[in-house]
Amino acid sequence: MDDLRHIPGTPVFQGEQAKRGYALNKMCFSFNDAANRAAFLGDEEGYMDRYRLNEEQRAAIRSRNVGQLIAAGGNVYYLAKFAGIFGLNVQDIGAQQTGMTIEAFKAFLASQGT
Amino acid sequence: MARIIGGLTTSHVPSIGGAIARGDQQTPYWKPLFDAFTPIHAWLEEMKPDVAIVIYNDHGLNFFLDKMPTFAVGAAASYDNADEGWGIPVLPSFEGDPDLSWHMIDSLVADEFDITMCQEVLVDHAFTLPIKLMYPNAGPTWPLRTIPVMINSVQHPLPSAARCWKLGQAIGRAIESYPKDLKVVVLGTGGLSHQLDGTRAGFINKDFDLLCMEKIVSDPVVLTQYSNRQIIELAGSQGVELMTWIAMRGALQGKVSTVTSTYHAPISNTGGAVMLLANEPVATLAAAE
Repeated sequence: MDDLRHIPGTPVFQGEQAKRGYALNKMCFSFNDAANRAAFLGDEEGYMDRYRLNEEQRAAIRSRNVGQLIAAGGNVYYLAKFAGIFGLNVQDIGAQQTGMTIEAFKAFLASQGT
Repeated sequence: MARIIGGLTTSHVPSIGGAIARGDQQTPYWKPLFDAFTPIHAWLEEMKPDVAIVIYNDHGLNFFLDKMPTFAVGAAASYDNADEGWGIPVLPSFEGDPDLSWHMIDSLVADEFDITMCQEVLVDHAFTLPIKLMYPNAGPTWPLRTIPVMINSVQHPLPSAARCWKLGQAIGRAIESYPKDLKVVVLGTGGLSHQLDGTRAGFINKDFDLLCMEKIVSDPVVLTQYSNRQIIELAGSQGVELMTWIAMRGALQGKVSTVTSTYHAPISNTGGAVMLLANEPVATLAAAE
């Protein structure tokens, strides 16, 4: 079997993360539906209650911080639906995780294409 | 008999959907990707495939972690696209080919691929955008029928590259044993290198992408020898979408040649790659000799 742990800068979503992040990811999966996105925005704490998020996950959701959400068991594909509520795309979340400005992150992407 | 006439690979970056909606196809950022499809449009117009087998990875529209199949095959009369949560337009439904689906399912399971069979599938951007790129002016109906084949890329452990290659070979055997006279094109959508999560987010590996594009034509078995860890290290955590390319290539069992090939990076966070491979079936070659 592959050992997928400890790849620098690279979280890999394995059974451990799936187990820990189930409630968080299930909530984010619900954001495929516009009515659920509106319900979340209407009452964030109540919506997190419905999905039984733990304290770490609640704090990560409140922080809007992708690194914190991944640490709480979030999977990037479901988290993207949470980020979408706020109009954030993959460059925004890339900039956030790498600590770059959006402009610097886009320049970094472009630099690898040449 | 059904024949596989070609294989098509393309990145399926969601923002392609946004670019289409805004009419940005000829802006400097997007032009290299959209222009890569001009020779593909000509080929499709000439060859007129009847069915596309679309090998892709679902990104949390159809499947959730409650039940996550490693390999799944659609067997529906039609497939709907739906809201994925981040705002790209929903495309019209895609007609299926349930008879061919069930033939594929029967053949795959007999061939020891214990796939999940799905009579309802919501198809996400990884399925819809490549078909939209192939047929930009189609609608509200599409000019060919479709069958989704989904490879898990969400929840590790993922199947190995070698296993995806064998799945592709089994799909090839399934299609070419189907008695109806159909022209089939096999799509592998995704990739190439990209990573969305972690402090290595934004990683693109142009050298590895170009190597994949060379080997997928001339020596695909080399690509099946990478471990999943190696693919993540070389292509980023979402670079595992290379699996869809490898499965596509496995289905092409004839003489394979490149019709067109384009690499342009970055497309969003991704090494953008588009290739069309022609597959001349062995039976046709033998008949010509």
